[in-house]
Amino acid sequence: MILLVLVFAPFLAAALPFLAARRGRTWIALATALAPMIALALLLSQTSQVLAGEVISVKYAWITQLGLNLSFHLDGLSFLFSLLILGIGLLVILYARYYLSEQERVARFFTSLLLFMGSMLGLVLAGNLLLMLMFWELTSLSSFLLIGFWSQQVAARQGARMALVVTGGGGLALLAGILVIGNVVGSYELVDVLAAGDLLRAHSLYPVALVLVLIGVFTKSAQFPFHFWLPHAMSAPTPVSAYLHSATMVKAGVFLLARLYPLLSGTDWWFYLVTFTGLTTLLVGAVTALFQHDLKGLLAYSTISHLGLITLLFGLDSDLAPVAAIFHIINHATFKASLFMAAGIIDHETGSRDMRRINGLWKYMPHTAILAMVASSAMAGVPLLNGFLSKEMFFSETLHQHLLGSFSWLLPTMATIAGAFSVAYSLRFIHDVFFNGTPINLPKFPPHEPPRYMKIPVEVLVFCCLLVGVLPAWSISSLLAVAAEASLGHALPPYDLAIWHGFNLPLLMSFIALVGGITIYAQRVHLFRWYDGLPDINGRIMFENSIRFLYGLVSRTLARIENGSLQRYISLLLLAVIAVLVTWLTPLSQVTGEVALTPIDPLTALGLGVMSCAALLTMGFHRQRLTALLMLSVVGLVVAMVFARFSAPDLALTQLVVEVVTILLMLLVVYFLPANAPAESSSLLHLRDFMIAAGCAVLMAVLTFAVLTRPYQSIADFFLANSLTGGGGTNVVNVILVDFRGFDTLGEISVLAITAIATVALLKGLHLPHARVDNQGRAWSTEVYPMMLGVLARLVLPLALLVSVFMFLRGHNEPGGGFIAGLITAVALILLQVAYGQRWVQTRMGVRFPNIAAVGVLIAAATGLASMLLGYPFLTSAFVHVDLPFIGDIELASAIVFDLGVYLTVVGGTLLILSGLGRIGHNVKLPEDV
Amino acid sequence: MELLVALAIGVLTFSGVYLILRARTFSVALGLTLFSYAVNLFLFVMGRLHTGKPAVLSEASSYTDPVPQALVLTAIVIGFAMTAFVLILALRAHTELGSDHVDGAEKARPSGEIKKALAKMKQQKRKRTGATR
Amino acid sequence: MNHWLIAPILLPLLCGAMLMTASRSPVRLVRILSASSVFLLLLCAIYLVMQAVSGEIQVYALGNWSAPFGIALVLDRLSAFMLLVTAVLAVFVTLYALRGDDRRGRYFHALLQFQLAGINGAFLTGDLFNLFVFFEILLIASYALLLHGLGPARIRAALHYVVLNLIGSGLFLIAAGLFYGIAGTLNMADLARFVAQAEGDQLYLLEAAGALLILVFGLKAAFLPLHFWLPRAYASATAPVAALFAIMTKVGLYSILRFSTLVFGEQAGAASGLGSSVLWILALLTMALAALGAFAASSLTSLLAYLVLVSVGTLLAGIAVGTEAAISATLYYLVHSTWVIAGLFLLADIIAKQRGELGSSFKVGPRLFNPYLLGGCFFAAAIAVAGLPPFSGFFGKILLLKAVSGDAAWQLWSVVLVAGLIGVIGLSRAGSLLFWRHHAAESKAAAMDKVAFLITVLLLLSSPLLVVFAQPVISYTEATAAQLLDVPSYLQALRLEEAL
Repeated sequence: MILLVLVFAPFLAAALPFLAARRGRTWIALATALAPMIALALLLSQTSQVLAGEVISVKYAWITQLGLNLSFHLDGLSFLFSLLILGIGLLVILYARYYLSEQERVARFFTSLLLFMGSMLGLVLAGNLLLMLMFWELTSLSSFLLIGFWSQQVAARQGARMALVVTGGGGLALLAGILVIGNVVGSYELVDVLAAGDLLRAHSLYPVALVLVLIGVFTKSAQFPFHFWLPHAMSAPTPVSAYLHSATMVKAGVFLLARLYPLLSGTDWWFYLVTFTGLTTLLVGAVTALFQHDLKGLLAYSTISHLGLITLLFGLDSDLAPVAAIFHIINHATFKASLFMAAGIIDHETGSRDMRRINGLWKYMPHTAILAMVASSAMAGVPLLNGFLSKEMFFSETLHQHLLGSFSWLLPTMATIAGAFSVAYSLRFIHDVFFNGTPINLPKFPPHEPPRYMKIPVEVLVFCCLLVGVLPAWSISSLLAVAAEASLGHALPPYDLAIWHGFNLPLLMSFIALVGGITIYAQRVHLFRWYDGLPDINGRIMFENSIRFLYGLVSRTLARIENGSLQRYISLLLLAVIAVLVTWLTPLSQVTGEVALTPIDPLTALGLGVMSCAALLTMGFHRQRLTALLMLSVVGLVVAMVFARFSAPDLALTQLVVEVVTILLMLLVVYFLPANAPAESSSLLHLRDFMIAAGCAVLMAVLTFAVLTRPYQSIADFFLANSLTGGGGTNVVNVILVDFRGFDTLGEISVLAITAIATVALLKGLHLPHARVDNQGRAWSTEVYPMMLGVLARLVLPLALLVSVFMFLRGHNEPGGGFIAGLITAVALILLQVAYGQRWVQTRMGVRFPNIAAVGVLIAAATGLASMLLGYPFLTSAFVHVDLPFIGDIELASAIVFDLGVYLTVVGGTLLILSGLGRIGHNVKLPEDV
Repeated sequence: MELLVALAIGVLTFSGVYLILRARTFSVALGLTLFSYAVNLFLFVMGRLHTGKPAVLSEASSYTDPVPQALVLTAIVIGFAMTAFVLILALRAHTELGSDHVDGAEKARPSGEIKKALAKMKQQKRKRTGATR
Repeated sequence: MNHWLIAPILLPLLCGAMLMTASRSPVRLVRILSASSVFLLLLCAIYLVMQAVSGEIQVYALGNWSAPFGIALVLDRLSAFMLLVTAVLAVFVTLYALRGDDRRGRYFHALLQFQLAGINGAFLTGDLFNLFVFFEILLIASYALLLHGLGPARIRAALHYVVLNLIGSGLFLIAAGLFYGIAGTLNMADLARFVAQAEGDQLYLLEAAGALLILVFGLKAAFLPLHFWLPRAYASATAPVAALFAIMTKVGLYSILRFSTLVFGEQAGAASGLGSSVLWILALLTMALAALGAFAASSLTSLLAYLVLVSVGTLLAGIAVGTEAAISATLYYLVHSTWVIAGLFLLADIIAKQRGELGSSFKVGPRLFNPYLLGGCFFAAAIAVAGLPPFSGFFGKILLLKAVSGDAAWQLWSVVLVAGLIGVIGLSRAGSLLFWRHHAAESKAAAMDKVAFLITVLLLLSSPLLVVFAQPVISYTEATAAQLLDVPSYLQALRLEEAL
């Protein structure tokens, strides 16, 4: 329970700064500090148990399917880290209160800080690997906000993005690694996982898991070659740097090394990967740091090198190495945090961070100078300061490993060199900044001591450096012991934290490093000249450029794939169809099935021939649009005949009327479109289209033939059997439409209605150029309502209406039905419309077309609802037979009401679609020369 | 007979698909119509070929399969609606985009297609962002 | 006979028909009608989910003609789940549209209702041809909705979308015809029964038909190489429409899932898992290509459109694996991606409105009115959609990654994680450009519509809620997956079990 509060207090308190925003920085800072204080109090309340080696843990099941539990785990290691996070966090809050100015969005800053703090706490306290990973990614995300706080600066924006991409990306690798571990171990609970070290190390997937986890670690802890993001994260406000790059963000990686030490360590893979990455980073960082002119740049690279040192220690295969590593984590956190704060003070007071300009500050800010000098001596590893102790341990550990056989001397040597450089840059920090002549045209001059409270955090931290340095056994040993034990997972070998171990190799190495460092610094002038000779490598610029390059590359490639050409998209679709069908039809033993073919009768054959020719002609003439249209109508007519021929009178009728309306529509469109199309496709394109078309044609033919020559059992018999008894009609097709599958018909008429309103919406505010002449140059008739047509139309209308009534009523028993009737009515009305104009018809009909269509749908649906009222399913039909004169026996069924709905929808919909176009035709002004 | 029908459907498909692949909206509309004829016929003959036995109950001993007919009827209606819509869309596109090309702009010849395509993409994106306002 | 099964179809259908007549009546009335309809739809969906939880598969025989002769609606856990996802989305989309977007063209609400009727019908129907009809309803409505507000970009996008889908409809009919021509039935369960005992050439033809059908669904689901219509269409659609379209691709995916588990499920023997190996590869390719597209996007809306494609790829991968765990993960990811991406489309619209001329294009613009509010929202939503903790995307992703094993695992893991990283790069680029970079000038556009923003935030809140209630949701999806793979009980529900 305590742990939950501990972790979630910062998250819960994240809103407080905003609430206090109006009351000024002090209040905001106080509001922010509240949660960490509570958390710290809770943490300290557990001190005795933790130091006694107890493990406090809570566990709530969350998502069992994932093995993800809300479990937290407070042991020595997590206690130590939580202490650092909260303690230094509080100091940073106090410091930031004075660092940030009133004008800045202080509340936003502190909120992000709290979010970050909470994520860090969650990360170190998580007792479940997946949970830990969640907090791991959260640290990346919240640090993104912190680094990008000064978002008006391009450096800040890019630095933030780079940090996010590198650490977030590493997090994804870590995720994969954790999933592998989980699959092998069968649990994500830390306890189980740590217990399964031997199992994992023996497993074939161990190297994979290790590498993936290490990528996560190295990106987070800025290890070579992933180190480049860290220096650019320095564009964050200094409090952020002081926090992220001393105690928290970058320590998350090494924390993971410590946490998973019992699980992953103790193999050659581990040794080589971790040790050498650490070593390289140690050297690269130390050397580069010396040549930075930016104060924070120097600190950044020194951070990198110290992280390398810690990593290297974890790599070494001895029980004392992790102890040294953890000890150095503590020490580095303290002195580096204080150094960043000092750097921030200097920046704040002088307005510059360039060590070539800020010199001789001793005169102006002695107090700060002393603090900074002590801290940087700790960084250099000067005796009586904490840095010295851990560095001694480090040296002795490098001496005690023999993993490189005859090359084992390599490590200590390298370590000493690195040590020398760290002495050199620490020296530079002290000498360049506080002595070495006088300030050179600083933005703010003369600088003076910062406000009292801005120094307190620094003083506290420096005091810790001294305390640990002078009285290690008394101050830190117990905590270090439990932390190291928690990391190792077993009891520690004997060791003693003393300042004086007598004259021995490590001491000699420290001495060499010290002397070496001083000499290097003395020779700096030449070294700088050499360094300036080196190519200038800026991680940020390189990163940005590579991103930009990728961006260009990707968009070019995509432009090639998605070139916005419909023809290409269609051909891809059709090629996919061909591929699919060919793949699945290949195993077909033979195309022809067992059923005997029906005899060819010449008439039908002729019809089919005509149809094919007409189709091909449509294709051939597609550029002369009117001709093509003519051919198309021929095809349509023959299709209707084919339907009739193969015993489908309903289809024939429908096809016929639909054909008429379609062609009419196309004529209207052709009138407004260019009459001819240019020949534009290249021969290659033609070939492609020809091949595709041929492929589709062959497949269609094969499918048709294959199916037609095979037997099948269908549900048809049921319909034939029940049409009269159950549906009350002898025209089975119509009964299927209005009864058996009436729901399809309801959907179908809905489609028609929707299309109608869709076209209305589409034609909204459309103005069309009125063609004066057709493509042959003949002038269009400018007579708006031709007389002859008018008379004809008036004659046709009543006839047509009669026919449609007839069609409608007989529909249930003979070919016909609502749909055909509707189309006939519609055609007649359209004819009238062509003759007299859409308004004329509209006004005389007195009801608007959309409403007709809508009412149709509603009626059809209503019949269905009626049956529901009687307790039957939707669209259940009922009927009685009536004998009417002239028409004969017709059946009054609910189905006929349904068919009425169909009729109305068809009339309304069709009229709406066509009249829409008609209206355009009448909207446009006629040429003046009439 | 089956063979002839299959061939006829093939021819319809061929001309239809070829026209669908043209660059002008009207040709595409023609193609779609032809294609829908082919599809409707295909669907229809899935009930096999029966001559002279319409599915209207009488004394006849056997009838054709009415189900595909019902399906085709629905298909015809929907097809009609869709054709109507695409035609009117073509009209709108022609007036709005000043071209009856299916890509809404006079297309570049395949030679140097990529460069032009890129340019077109840019211009279209500009248009698009204009439209998302 | 539970009449509630048909309500999700009839309610919007009738409402749509009424709204057709209401084009002259006051806006207020239209809006009230439309809004109340979607709210009722939501209640109805919740009720149906509560019924489906029991695990009993309910059948509604339309016209009282039992399957396979009549058309049957089938409500199982999956369809209920999809109905709920749609209904929730519909509520937010409608509310957002009420803030003014519905006035940018005619018949918006009628079309919206018809669209919903079509989608719900597709989820409920158990009949292949009826599925075709509902596809047509939702398609024609979607054509019109995509064109809502008109303008060159939309018309250009619509042309491609319409033509491609018309071809798709033709192919659907061919596939349906093939099934009827061989199996002599249209009811999907009946088809399953037939496929189970079919062999030889008969089976090959059925497989061909099935593969063709999956291709048609693929066109709706928009995976490689059938996805080309999507980026432009989604990027150019008006915000509420784009948000609503977040479910459209899912309809295609649903159909693939339903069809491949039912008709070509376990019992299909040799034919089971039809084409899943191909789908697997396509899924990975889609994911990769879409991630690159998102990375190279030139405006926020097109970035989102490509993120839709990423989610399609991810879901398709889950479907292709087809194990119980994978399907369960897929469904969890489905609801997450639908709601979050829809919310992002709405958010993008609010942002674009504050950038005036520039809209959502990635060009340095004026300072937004509420950079921190919108920025914070975008940050959270981006985390969710990129699949980073602590939001729902992360869990969906992990569930899926855990669900696969063997070589497939490596392929999927690498693609998903790398795609995720690319997505992060793209989104961080977008965010820093939209919210951090700006000229000195203040935005001249109108101030933010607070209500619209609230609606958007509420929709986006679904992501954390999906995390908090992950346990129950996942239990439901697991039960759903189990039910899907248990075909016999499905057939029993339709009284078709004899043959198996």
